[in-house]
Amino acid sequence: MEIIDILLAASFWEAAIRIATPLIFGVLGALICERAGVLNLGIEGIFTAGAMAGWMAVWLGAGLWGGVLVAALAGGFFGLIHAILTVPLGLSQHVSGIGVTLLATSLSYFTYRTALPDVSSPPRIEPFRPLDIPFLSDLPFIGQALFSQTAMTMLALVLVFVTGWVLYRTPLGLAIRAVGDNPSSVEAQGLSVYGLRIGAVVVGSSLMALGGAFLTMSAFDAFFFGMINGRGWVCIALTVFASWRPGKALIGALLFGAFDAFQVRLQTEVGAFLPSQVFLMMPYILSIIALIVVARKADYPKALLVPWFKGQR
Amino acid sequence: MSSAAHTSSETSQDLLLSLAGVTKRFGPLVANDAIDLTVHKGEIVALLGENGAGKTTLMNILFGHYVADEGTVTVAGRDGDLEQLEPGAPQAALDAGIGMVHQHFTLAENLTGLDNIVLGTEPIFRLRRDRSTARAKLGELMAGSGLNVDLDQPVHKLTVGEKQRVEILKALYRDARLLVLDEPTAVLTPQEADSLFAILRKLAATGLAVIIIAHKLAEVLAVSHRIAVLRGGAKVGEMKTSDANHKSIAELMVGREVPASRRTPREAGKPVITLADVIIDRGDSRRSLHGVNVTAREGEILGIAGVSGNGQAALAQLIAGLDKPDSGTVEIFGETITKFDAHTFAQNGIARIPEDRHHDGMVGSMTVAENIAIEDVRSPEYQKLGFLDFDAIRTRAEHAIADYDVRCPGPDAPARLLSGGNIQKLILARVLEKSPKLILANQPSRGLDVGAQSEVHRRLLEARQGGAAVILISEDLDELLTISDQIAVIHAGHITPAMPTDSIDRSELGLMMAGQKAAPHAPDGTTTTKPGETA
Repeated sequence: MEIIDILLAASFWEAAIRIATPLIFGVLGALICERAGVLNLGIEGIFTAGAMAGWMAVWLGAGLWGGVLVAALAGGFFGLIHAILTVPLGLSQHVSGIGVTLLATSLSYFTYRTALPDVSSPPRIEPFRPLDIPFLSDLPFIGQALFSQTAMTMLALVLVFVTGWVLYRTPLGLAIRAVGDNPSSVEAQGLSVYGLRIGAVVVGSSLMALGGAFLTMSAFDAFFFGMINGRGWVCIALTVFASWRPGKALIGALLFGAFDAFQVRLQTEVGAFLPSQVFLMMPYILSIIALIVVARKADYPKALLVPWFKGQR
Repeated sequence: MSSAAHTSSETSQDLLLSLAGVTKRFGPLVANDAIDLTVHKGEIVALLGENGAGKTTLMNILFGHYVADEGTVTVAGRDGDLEQLEPGAPQAALDAGIGMVHQHFTLAENLTGLDNIVLGTEPIFRLRRDRSTARAKLGELMAGSGLNVDLDQPVHKLTVGEKQRVEILKALYRDARLLVLDEPTAVLTPQEADSLFAILRKLAATGLAVIIIAHKLAEVLAVSHRIAVLRGGAKVGEMKTSDANHKSIAELMVGREVPASRRTPREAGKPVITLADVIIDRGDSRRSLHGVNVTAREGEILGIAGVSGNGQAALAQLIAGLDKPDSGTVEIFGETITKFDAHTFAQNGIARIPEDRHHDGMVGSMTVAENIAIEDVRSPEYQKLGFLDFDAIRTRAEHAIADYDVRCPGPDAPARLLSGGNIQKLILARVLEKSPKLILANQPSRGLDVGAQSEVHRRLLEARQGGAAVILISEDLDELLTISDQIAVIHAGHITPAMPTDSIDRSELGLMMAGQKAAPHAPDGTTTTKPGETA
């Protein structure tokens, strides 16, 4: 049957992993913030800022890895704004996050338009190329599906492992998990609640920005308006789906990528009798269903959304 | 062992902590007035005082959360020399070996006990964690002190007593030489409290100094070597525990004679509520009742004795109309109840003093006046043309504040600013002013100081004298034996027949609460606790 053929094709899995890559960055970033007790709804804008800043740096001649660095810095900058508003000042995390999304998105568009007032089609850069790893890339199936991705996808996969290691194997990760559950436990042991939370939000936001940068520097080769298209919000949902665990975050992102790759193929195979919008909805509907199943039992970090002030019990 | 440690602590080279002339003012309020206090190695000092006496302020100065306006804090260094503790620096207090166990635990519930203890004790930027060294050190500490707890369980799976042990281990792991415990028994069952005291005595014998902030006198007399009493911010007395007696300390704390609560004999009237063969099965034995028979009569206080978590919650929910029985009947004044909701029960004259006064007894963000009116907003007394009549509510609140001596800034102050004792007075005012037929008092004096406690007892006895029935759910034997007319014991969802208080032997009651003894002389074989059935 056609559906089986689709699922068995190496090109299908190659596409699924490619589509999942920005989401992996985004979910990792969101779960680091939330593990420390801060919801970061600035994610959608931080994706945009990362996409814009990384691409523009490369366009101005910074080199691809230079672009990645600039994107991370841009994300960290907006993360710092969110962290200052929500951690020491204790403002509503929802309001601040949406504010950061609006600010980062508008600033990105503004910068783009100011730098390029007269272009009608966006200028292109030379993006990351698919890797050609000796031996590995030549393996049947997995060589195409996994080892012919770009360097940024490899970075995302490595970061899943790194994030898991830091959270569960290092003293820093222990402190981050503690501060998201009961900040007083951290303070009583002589650590800084503010320092941990601000640090987590800045680093998490940098990862989110890499998700945006992947889009302009690896998946496509240009920046255009509206290109993030809700990917940030999907990451927020996937974080709950992942129960705030990096390994499950990878699975969730891959699942979404697979749904998306599948619907594109299904459209061309059997798409004649249904409007294409139905197929476009599919990954989102399936995500919502998966989320409902998982989120009913979701064990939120207990101090998520709860501001904490010095000297308070 | 403890007496030996005590005698040796008299010598000055064992001095560990010395507070001299510590004074702290908040505006016109003098929270601490020239307080002197010394603690020696191996000594357990009880710091007693009513709520607001200045205990917490003093400890906050010791921990560097506040800076004293006058006076000094000196701590013996590890080499024995006395050094002044840097004021206002919590880290300095930690470094000097002062450990604190707060009443509200500072544990991350998603982490294991081990992780909570190790948190913050190793350099934060490291690629790996070293748990084996920590485990070895904690193993020694646990073996030496008896503070046994499964360190690999997430904290949310531990009992309150076990969480407290983790807190103490946290301090000991950091080589604390002085341990301060704030109201350590407020959250413990009597058995857990006894085992805590045994541990503290053992730790003191090894040289640890302990300060216990407390207001339960019996416990303080049992565990401490020395007692210091604070009242109104000043130290009003200090004595060796061996020289102290219950009555004299109570008077020192309160500043006046504490009237002993006493029942006057009174004939019980007709039954107000009768539970017959009530079964509530919620799977969990803490929330189930297995065929209980309870009758509360007018003009009688029925004590329900038991260690918390044996079905008291189910009983309280049922009597308040918040739950309905799976089988069996509930009669109020002889009428069988078919509709189980709080409103019906309240209409029938049942009022409740909830167990958790902060969460179930009031709304913190609402004013004192609103909290007093909250259960009666449907009554015409508080309405004008269908809107709330705030003048009437405020007038009532002003009377309640005066009559019940609720210490608060006024009727418009948010209720969350009130201390525990004053919240309880507010609830008493709300409950008793309605002249209820039945008062369900669930742990009404838990965590209250002597003065507030005796006030609660006086009010309940007054209501009994006026003909109300009272069901008193408590685990405080002194309270039960003092004010109840009859006592029934609840254990594992079973309730014994009520026994006249005068016929009860204190130690037998304790055994029955622990489920180790059936009720004596059940009148007609209706006893519901059968030996061997209580597991």
